[in-house]
Amino acid sequence: MTSRLDEAIGWARKFSIFQYPFVTACCGMEYMATACSHYDVDRFGAGLPRFSPRQADVLFVVGTISHKMAPVLLRIYEQMAEPKWVVAFGVCTCTGGFYDNYATVMGIDTIVPVDIYIPGCPPRPEYVLDGLLKLQAKIQNQRETGERSAPEPRPEFSV
Amino acid sequence: MNAESLIQAVKDRFPKAVEASHAYRGDATVVVHRESLLELARTLKEDPAFQMNFLMDLTAVDYSAFGTKPAPAFFASSGVAVRPSTTIPDKAPWPGPPAFGRFVVVYHFFSLALKHRLRVEVPVEETDAEVDSLISLWGGANWLEREVWDMFGIRFRGHPNLKRILMYDEFEGHPLRKDYPVNKRQPLIGPDN
Repeated sequence: MTSRLDEAIGWARKFSIFQYPFVTACCGMEYMATACSHYDVDRFGAGLPRFSPRQADVLFVVGTISHKMAPVLLRIYEQMAEPKWVVAFGVCTCTGGFYDNYATVMGIDTIVPVDIYIPGCPPRPEYVLDGLLKLQAKIQNQRETGERSAPEPRPEFSV
Repeated sequence: MNAESLIQAVKDRFPKAVEASHAYRGDATVVVHRESLLELARTLKEDPAFQMNFLMDLTAVDYSAFGTKPAPAFFASSGVAVRPSTTIPDKAPWPGPPAFGRFVVVYHFFSLALKHRLRVEVPVEETDAEVDSLISLWGGANWLEREVWDMFGIRFRGHPNLKRILMYDEFEGHPLRKDYPVNKRQPLIGPDN
């Protein structure tokens, strides 16, 4: 049940994504490749990264998050104003990746809710743009209030 | 100096301190008692015959689990040498871990002027894991020694600021010790697994 106003707000929001790049590791290279002119993320209205979380709509978590870094990430997330979204960029942020040790967070969704997962080590820019388009579709369909949709449930499994 | 003459020069200068030595593939190693470490390091740095003005690395090894497990299959099948090769001749093969002590603190010294390199190993016991700090000689030893303290729990006598450098203060234990449980997690926030 989407009104015309919801549709207009969603359209405006999805094409004015101001990202906060929380870059900690090698995925940052692919993030830079995506953001620069060759792949031109500005085509999708996401061309202006903001380096203050208070000015950002989407938190791009790019790279491995260690337990030492986790409180910082949570604090950055909490400083962002609603409506806000989180993108897990790279397999380390999705699941911990190939790290399974004393130092690494096993997926940032144990700390903050995540809207879009972009796996890959690191993901190619095309993959990032695909994730960005999926995020745009999600933003378009959100309700007028800007209330975030619930993060997708993750399958429970044990090893 | 090449590896053999470097070892001989160190032995001549410190006949009592050097417990063992070997030159594996041209890399000179001397094993010294920790009481002699500071004096040896000062000589290596300041003596014109050595001129080792560069502390390349300072780390440690925990030998408590050495040889108790088979080599991981990946290394066994990959061609990576898990033990000294028998087909490549070696005059002084690696003699294995030191005769005593759970840990070995490893120093790599290099001379920019004379282009020679020396590895100094200092065995320490678990119950008294402490060696002298080298900060008075190399300022760069500061963070390296903090890292060894953080990861292995080896203390450095005379260090002005011996606290964790990689892990957070709330972290308990020393994660690179072989008896640190491989699955133990101590997150600051978030779940424990």
